Amino acid sequence: MKFADFVCFEAIIPELEANDRDGVIAELVSSLDKAGKLGKGNCKAITREVIKREKEASTGMGKGVAVPHVKHKLVKDAVVVIGQSSVGIDFSALDKQPVYSVILLVSPADNPDKHLQAMENIFKHLQYEKFRKFLRQCRDKAHVEDLLREADENPTL
Amino acid sequence: MENVVCETEIEIKNADGLHMRPAMQFVDIANQFDSDITVRNKETEVDGKSIMQMSMLAATCGTILKIKAEGSDAEKVISALRELVEEKLFGEPAP
Repeated sequence: MKFADFVCFEAIIPELEANDRDGVIAELVSSLDKAGKLGKGNCKAITREVIKREKEASTGMGKGVAVPHVKHKLVKDAVVVIGQSSVGIDFSALDKQPVYSVILLVSPADNPDKHLQAMENIFKHLQYEKFRKFLRQCRDKAHVEDLLREADENPTL
Repeated sequence: MENVVCETEIEIKNADGLHMRPAMQFVDIANQFDSDITVRNKETEVDGKSIMQMSMLAATCGTILKIKAEGSDAEKVISALRELVEEKLFGEPAP
């Protein structure tokens, strides 16, 4: 799987307005909704579920990234949106540090394997410091899209 | 201290596979030991103590993982991880 297979490029938010965890999640889910990725009328329910999941255990994995996610019966395909914050957001991350890049994944409830494949692809790149640094430096949608497409072509970026 | 190497295969048996929460449980247990721990699927070998690396295994239900522990407590590592994955199923349902 590649980023281009499941990232909704038009929904990317290069500078998040919200500065708290729940606000950021709502902003990102709403952006996916506006891009028509979630089916009509599902935005609030999905936002609620992502926040609920996040409260159970933080997806702030450390090193400035968080990967909030949920498997939800209302969505048909796995879809990812990315939001960036230059001020940093408190995600109760494992290393207690602020989060600058948020990668939000919504996947169908009945296809756990697809969910794992999307996660595999995300972490394949996030584990590289260079990728995390480049991502954090992107300041507009097109830059993020370019970076992800480049990462698709060059897995060790 | 004596350096022991233990290697085994374990099967992912919970329906949702090794998603983030199970991966975190795995890493939490792995980090209680001194041994170096590597986990391998067909293509990839990762550090069993790193959540980012464990999350990229994409081990679905039915996947066989090779776990290697190297250090004085290597045997304990293997039995603790086997218990978590194959007996407790990370506290999750089977398919």
